Amino acid sequence: MSETKNETTTRTSVRQIEFVKGLDSGAPGGPIEQRWDTHRFQMKLVNPSNRRRYTVIVVGSGLAGGAAAATLGEQGYNVKCFCYQDSPRRAHSIAAQGGINAAKNYRNDGDSIYRLFYDTVKGGDFRARESNVYRLAQVSVNIIDQCVAQGVPFAREYGGYLDNRSFGGAQVSRTFYARGQTGQQLLLGAYQALERQIAAGSVKMFPRTEMLDIVVVDGYARGIITRDMVTGKIERHVADAVVLATGGYGNVFYLSTNAKGCNTTAIWRAHRRGAFFGNPCFTQIHPTCIPVTGDHQSKLTLMSESLRNDGRIWVPKKVGETRDPRQIPENERYYYLEERYPSFGNLVPRDVASRNAKQVCDEGRGVGPSGLGVYLDFSDSIKRLGKAKIVERYGNLFDMYAQITGENPYETPMRIYPAIHYTMGGLWVDYNLMSTIPGLFVAGEANFSDHGANRLGASALMQGLADGYFVLPYTIANFLAGIKPGGVDTNHAAFVEAEAEVNGRVKKFLSINGKRTVDDFHRELGKMMWDECGMARNEAGLKKALQRIPEIREEFWQNVRVPGEGNDLNQELEKAGRVADFLELGELMCVDALQRSESCGGHFREESQTADGEALRDDENFSYVSTWEYTGTLSKPELHKEPLAFEYVKPSQRSYK
Amino acid sequence: MKVTLKVWRQKNAKTPGEFKTYPANHVSPDMSFLEMLDVVNQELILKGEEPIAFDHDCREGICGMCSLMINGIAHGKKAVTTCQLHMRSFNDGDTITIEPWRAKPFPILKDLVVDRTSFDRIIQAGGFISASTGSAPDGNSIPVAKPDADKAMDAAACIGCAACVAACPNGSAMLFTAAKVTHLGFLPQGQTERHQRAVNMIAVHDAEGFGNCTNIGECSAVCPKEISLDTISRLNRDIVVAALKGIEPTVETAAAQAS
Repeated sequence: MSETKNETTTRTSVRQIEFVKGLDSGAPGGPIEQRWDTHRFQMKLVNPSNRRRYTVIVVGSGLAGGAAAATLGEQGYNVKCFCYQDSPRRAHSIAAQGGINAAKNYRNDGDSIYRLFYDTVKGGDFRARESNVYRLAQVSVNIIDQCVAQGVPFAREYGGYLDNRSFGGAQVSRTFYARGQTGQQLLLGAYQALERQIAAGSVKMFPRTEMLDIVVVDGYARGIITRDMVTGKIERHVADAVVLATGGYGNVFYLSTNAKGCNTTAIWRAHRRGAFFGNPCFTQIHPTCIPVTGDHQSKLTLMSESLRNDGRIWVPKKVGETRDPRQIPENERYYYLEERYPSFGNLVPRDVASRNAKQVCDEGRGVGPSGLGVYLDFSDSIKRLGKAKIVERYGNLFDMYAQITGENPYETPMRIYPAIHYTMGGLWVDYNLMSTIPGLFVAGEANFSDHGANRLGASALMQGLADGYFVLPYTIANFLAGIKPGGVDTNHAAFVEAEAEVNGRVKKFLSINGKRTVDDFHRELGKMMWDECGMARNEAGLKKALQRIPEIREEFWQNVRVPGEGNDLNQELEKAGRVADFLELGELMCVDALQRSESCGGHFREESQTADGEALRDDENFSYVSTWEYTGTLSKPELHKEPLAFEYVKPSQRSYK
Repeated sequence: MKVTLKVWRQKNAKTPGEFKTYPANHVSPDMSFLEMLDVVNQELILKGEEPIAFDHDCREGICGMCSLMINGIAHGKKAVTTCQLHMRSFNDGDTITIEPWRAKPFPILKDLVVDRTSFDRIIQAGGFISASTGSAPDGNSIPVAKPDADKAMDAAACIGCAACVAACPNGSAMLFTAAKVTHLGFLPQGQTERHQRAVNMIAVHDAEGFGNCTNIGECSAVCPKEISLDTISRLNRDIVVAALKGIEPTVETAAAQAS
């Protein structure tokens, strides 16, 4: 605990910034295209020679965290970066396949910053903050430039210029890609920049280290408590600001496309310490995943929705069809997206595609052994473009599908089904990406900010890198410029207390010695969430879940079995902590879904739909961010509302007909 | 189907390990190899035994976290990661031997989990283009010939799983190192630091205790992303050119610091 003693213990903490508890986004007014520039100019700066005196903790090393840590390191701050994987290169951003949007208009097909902004607000079903989204669209162009400079091997045309493709829900080609591994390549770019800073000594990396709590001193986020996942050692880390870039919480559903380790612990612990949680029920179901095969299933595998560019989605017209799909003649196939949505066809947004798949399966037209699947057929595209072109575009995805299913998708249509993929909800942040705890910033999927009730394809990578490379470096500087560095060390009572709580939890898990495994509880919670708070939600189901989840939680704390020891590499112990937090978050998601009795984006309340079964918003009553405060009683969170104003994009009923 | 597992169990780096045998009686051909291990672990936990520790994360073949020598083959099969290996690749009644990656620079942490941070240190030596945030010109200002971009991408597909090292009789990480050198070396943006990068990365590669390449090719044969041996030729060429130019390593290696 000696790491911060030297220059900080004698300082008193002088905090000059004013923080009004409440939900003022702090977004500047004025013309939207000038807001970020105006704000950047108004924000305070830290003199380059003073930067090393400030310590910033970054938890998570994906696109948002890796980019932020690298950039803050480049600028001269003293950065500590943490990840639970054995290397920052493995963060789950790596799994994003399809691409990254940017308003470059390299195709001359009508794109612009304004159009990307417009599409994102509309795609989010008018539940995102206009100012944030506009900024996102603005910096999107810088992201591409930065990534090219780092050596990200984006796809190129024969002339040597960057290639683009169109992507789910967009009518322009603005998606940049690196085969089907765009997330991997962007992450490696950020990772390499991060490793460069580690070598330079500006960033200290802590792999295989999990954050188990944040430490709040005098109302400010001043550090974190971590567990070394190899030795089990619980440690305290102090800083002047903390960034959580810890990803989404889709694993609350047990089965999702997230990596097995993805968890909510960092943001949930922060929530319990005072950070408000925004729109927890906004989850995204991805329409193109490989269907479940059995109870052993540990995760779901996503097939990039770029596949929908060239693949045609259909089910047999006949209920209970058993023929091989290749034997089913054209006139007996139901290309339901093309028929129902003639102008967007197979490229309708994710929520629409997912709900329609569920609907045709509920009607009994689903395919595959479970009946929970639809065909994604490339035979027409192979005829039109040739197999070589399909190999070039989707080769690795086809290989992956073949490996998992044992079927050859060049010969027989793929089978796909929707799966939990992304969580638009997350910790509430203001325009500076700061949570309701001053000094605690939240970036990437972990925050609630830019996607509203539904995220467009190829926008997650854009938001992660926007936050990490181009927003946080400014807004954290602005925050740090208002405070003196140091002033608190790890012997402060708040650190001692937080560490004791973490130790107590670890001991508790190991002492229960019950009869059910952690996974068993996790599966039960996940099924409840998928059934009642998944693709479609209704009041009765949510109430049922709200009754059941606290019961599961109670049994968990009585009857879970966590073998092994605390001072050792103990993967069951790691999982137990995460599932304990999912068991609390799941309840909040249902509370949120229940209060939002409208449908919007990925949140489909069966009680609120149009005559043709589309999500029906209720702008009069629900045009707000639902923001939850932890009150000390899990089942009684307090709702605060951040009203949403739409000055530029007039809310309308989304229509992709 | 039923299989028998012979699994390397080792409490930590300091304690000697041993093989232990476990039955896996509830195996579906659709399970991934890791899901089969999950099922075995659930049974072990309920029997009061410690589950088998193994690394894994994305379970879709891209994060590079999973490992395992399966019947002596890194990832168990050509061109896949263990998480993408399915039990349909085995026969009912098989005995399957599971070991961790074995290489001096990868100390065992527990059971099948090893420490691969030496890979990060190779990247730290120069596996990047020094382009600080904000300094970039327009993305289209420097055209990149499509064949070059494609070759860069072929090499950049490396997931850093370290199967190449585990498979190499010399314990060499040349394929990993060469993949990064090739990725960046094919791009105009990577030219400025090209030769210094190769020299520095190899200096750290050697200092970490990885062996030399003797062109056996086991690495490329097991690589889940099928990184080509040609990358090693390119690395060697960069090193020769660096030598001709008189470029010396500029990184401090742990070994150099110790001496």
